[in-house]
Amino acid sequence: MTVPLPAYLVLGALLFSLGAVGVLVRRNALIVFMSIELMLNSVNLTFVALSRHLPSMDGQLAVFFTIVVAGVEVVVGLAIIVEIFRSRATVDLDEVHLLRG
Amino acid sequence: MEPVLFVLFATLALAGGLGVVASARAIHSALALLMVLGALAGLYLLLGAQFIAVLQVIVYAGAIVVLFLFVIMLLHMATGEPATRGLRPRRAGATLVAAFFLAGVLFAALRAPGLADPAPPPPEGFGSAEAVGRLFFTRFLLPFELASVVLLVGIVAAVVLAKGALVLRAPAAARLPAEVEAKVEAVPR
Repeated sequence: MTVPLPAYLVLGALLFSLGAVGVLVRRNALIVFMSIELMLNSVNLTFVALSRHLPSMDGQLAVFFTIVVAGVEVVVGLAIIVEIFRSRATVDLDEVHLLRG
Repeated sequence: MEPVLFVLFATLALAGGLGVVASARAIHSALALLMVLGALAGLYLLLGAQFIAVLQVIVYAGAIVVLFLFVIMLLHMATGEPATRGLRPRRAGATLVAAFFLAGVLFAALRAPGLADPAPPPPEGFGSAEAVGRLFFTRFLLPFELASVVLLVGIVAAVVLAKGALVLRAPAAARLPAEVEAKVEAVPR
């Protein structure tokens, strides 16, 4: 007895929506960042589930590249957040609006 | 056995996801994120992707979450965020957007033909490090090499940002209020 594919897809969609709500609602830059990680991971889950379903390993390779990009993104993004905190003494995204028109 | 494990890991992942979004403090979000990543690694194992599962644990749980924890420690943020200030309409709007998105994806995912069919058994060695590595060095050689360039760019960017030599001086008119300026000076560099 195996788990049908739609169960994985629904789980991925739920996690992605949770992450989207986090990005839109939270104002703490670090938590927004973690929500983005959550969304990336839900997409990874969808890739792996479809890779098993087809079955073709291309989806797993896509996940590998997602993980590489996510790692780089976290390194650069956290460095930027630290820089913002150094210069503004806050990580509240509503307080960081120098580029707002 | 497989459905039991799926329900277990899915519940853990959803609970962790809620924790990431709803925690008041960043440290709790980071720990909830760790739970999500661990549960997803378990799901990857269920799906026969051993290599990706190990990668998930090493890179995500091992490196990325630790990086988050380091930054939370560096910023020693006692603050969460003001809970009420103008959040209500935004929260309702965001939830609405996410609900529409979720409905759309579910509609598409559950209506697509053939998705509920049982998957054919995977070939021998499916998802093993050997099989993944073979693909990396044949069909996906160029993207694989480009990934190393992306990693190099990330390393250089992190070093440049951490050195802080490129911090631009704001013109006097755009300076922060004096009390904020004093707080900035107090932050150890």
